[in-house]
Amino acid sequence: MTKTVILGTLTVAALAAGAAGAATLDDVKARGKLNCGVTTGLVGFAAPDANGKWDGFDVGICRAVAAAVLGDPTAVEFVPTTGKTRFTALSSGEIDVLARNTTWTFSRDTDLKFDFVGVNYYDGQGFMVPKALGVSSAKELDGATVCIQTGTTTELNLADYFRKNNMSYQPVPIETNAEAQQQYLNGACDVYTTDASGLAATRAAFEAPGDHVVLPEIISKEPLGPLVRHGDNDWGDIVRWTFYALVAAEEYGITSANIEELAAGTDNPEVNRILGTEDNLGAMLGLEPTWAKAAIAAGGNYGELFEKNIGENTPIGLSRGLNAQWTDGGLMYSPPFR
Amino acid sequence: MSFMTTLSDPPSGSFRLSMLINDTRYRSYTFQFIALVIVIAIFGYLGSNLFANLRAAGLNISFDFLGESSNYDINQTLIEYSSRSTHWTAAVVGILNTLLVAFLACITATIIGVIAGILRLSPNWLVRKLMSIYVEAFRNVPVLIWIIIIFTIMTVVLPAPNAFRGDNATASMLFGAFAFTNRGVYLPAPVWGPGSLIVALVFVASVIGVFMYRRYAKKLLFDTGRLLPMGWPSLVILFVPTLLVFFLLGRPIGLDYPELKGFNFQGGIQILGSLIALWWALAIYTGAFIAENVRAGIQSVSKGQAEAAASLGMRPNRIMNLVVLPQALRVIIPPLISNYLNITKNSSLAIVVGYMDIAGTLGGITLNQTGRAIECVLLLMAFYLAISLTISGLMNVYNKAISLKER
Repeated sequence: MTKTVILGTLTVAALAAGAAGAATLDDVKARGKLNCGVTTGLVGFAAPDANGKWDGFDVGICRAVAAAVLGDPTAVEFVPTTGKTRFTALSSGEIDVLARNTTWTFSRDTDLKFDFVGVNYYDGQGFMVPKALGVSSAKELDGATVCIQTGTTTELNLADYFRKNNMSYQPVPIETNAEAQQQYLNGACDVYTTDASGLAATRAAFEAPGDHVVLPEIISKEPLGPLVRHGDNDWGDIVRWTFYALVAAEEYGITSANIEELAAGTDNPEVNRILGTEDNLGAMLGLEPTWAKAAIAAGGNYGELFEKNIGENTPIGLSRGLNAQWTDGGLMYSPPFR
Repeated sequence: MSFMTTLSDPPSGSFRLSMLINDTRYRSYTFQFIALVIVIAIFGYLGSNLFANLRAAGLNISFDFLGESSNYDINQTLIEYSSRSTHWTAAVVGILNTLLVAFLACITATIIGVIAGILRLSPNWLVRKLMSIYVEAFRNVPVLIWIIIIFTIMTVVLPAPNAFRGDNATASMLFGAFAFTNRGVYLPAPVWGPGSLIVALVFVASVIGVFMYRRYAKKLLFDTGRLLPMGWPSLVILFVPTLLVFFLLGRPIGLDYPELKGFNFQGGIQILGSLIALWWALAIYTGAFIAENVRAGIQSVSKGQAEAAASLGMRPNRIMNLVVLPQALRVIIPPLISNYLNITKNSSLAIVVGYMDIAGTLGGITLNQTGRAIECVLLLMAFYLAISLTISGLMNVYNKAISLKER
């Protein structure tokens, strides 16, 4: 009897283990919902609005993937993750894709066994100081007290930067952006450091944004992008090409406004291939021919998502910079759809 | 005698399998065995599931990351540490920070708790009520809230170092030596010059001297009934020789005063605001629980003891110190152990104010940067288990020492 129990246990364990490694696409289709890991709330990137509906730049990626796979951009279960829980959530299979301002680094890609499918926001770490301090360069920050969000790559960059420039500093580790803001405004730290996009978003929320300056130095490369588990390459391809479809859509002028019109057929073969009227790229991914059309229609192309959530006309007010299309001098460059 | 033995012998029948269920002598063993098997099976399932899943994901359990360079800085390090040190060193820094705050909070909570507990039984109505307000207010609000309250008050009320600057500074240092800022408290640090070792040794000898004097006075009191003065001779023995040597050697121990340089105060000792917030929140919160233990302990000592002491002409102070408290300790110590354990475990809330304890270094930044969640959490569990068992072991030894000796 005892033996049976243990044998049974082992069998169940083996089955459970098998399931975790199986095709994510089939799981998502069977579930009818995409489990997407996002932040616990960072306005502009991923935050629930007043009605509890998730909205933001990273959320747009989740919705596009859900639209491509399931044909329904609302078929997403948003799983809020913290800096600490995000990787465990992804590797345990609790979420299918993680779209959470996550920096693409070597060890995360290799040692943690994830695949970054692309970069949806090129960021870099910066410093913000009160104007009254009279500091104009990060090189003058020797001896400063620095507020820093813990559990992010910013901690490592900061240590590297100060060591490289032979300067000392006192880190004040802080859990959330809101708390960091309070500490910084009360003068408990001289400097606040995080990704430049985050600094812009934080400063926008201040009563007197003009009293604070973001120093010119960008001390790190922070390519933020969605990631999936390593090993399920079919699923990785789907997320990767859904993202590139959004980028390519901007390049070829496919917007949520004109997509129906263009889907009737155009004289640009690449547009036709993306929208599924020529060839059948969808079948190669195991999806419907209109997968990319659904993804773009979900929230618009890459440029539309950017402008709507974090662009210059939003409170976040970020300019495209490195995130402009390659044709405009940026780094957004989709491989060809053929 | 022999026939009685025969009578009390159990009926010797052959053992049948059904007896495992039907016979009360074996039944409990049967069920205990089944329960054991189920527990083992559950843990076996969880464990094998974990390993199978990790293997399927191409991951493994490995502690190699502990030897790698940590690459992050910590703001309070009791040992040598830099961002080039290993994750293991970072964990040790965290362990020491945990032990530091737990030690400080245990001592402070005990002092607060004993005073509040005794005052709760004070004949003075106002004092009694004030203490019950303290106890009820503090033990009925979660400690996490207290940590945040104290930390927030410190950041908002205390001035930033910048306020000490310039001719029309809005804040000034206390006695020119202490600076209370929202980054923490800065104190003068001793500077050990040549000859300071002699001063320190004389001081240690004086402390021993005080104990010997008190022992002698006690012996004299018990032997002859003659009462020597205790207060001022102790103070004289403690300070006079040390001060004499200090000035004779030409003041070898100096003070390094904190001074505003650049962004911060430099020099002296800095006690981080996060440490103060965590320390005092844990102390006043747990102090409220200890106060109740002390009150219960005192009330458990029969009233006749205090009355008997009073009828011998003892003053209330001495009745408490010599008669009531020693007996009350037997009741107070066991729950005190669990309060000490609570302080140590609650110190893991440090992260809310950014105090880098073991949960902040090993369980926070290291876990995040290496992604080795299972390994880090296992190590954390092992650490807290070890430290809790040590505390409870030590306190049990003390409890044995003061418990009623039955002969």
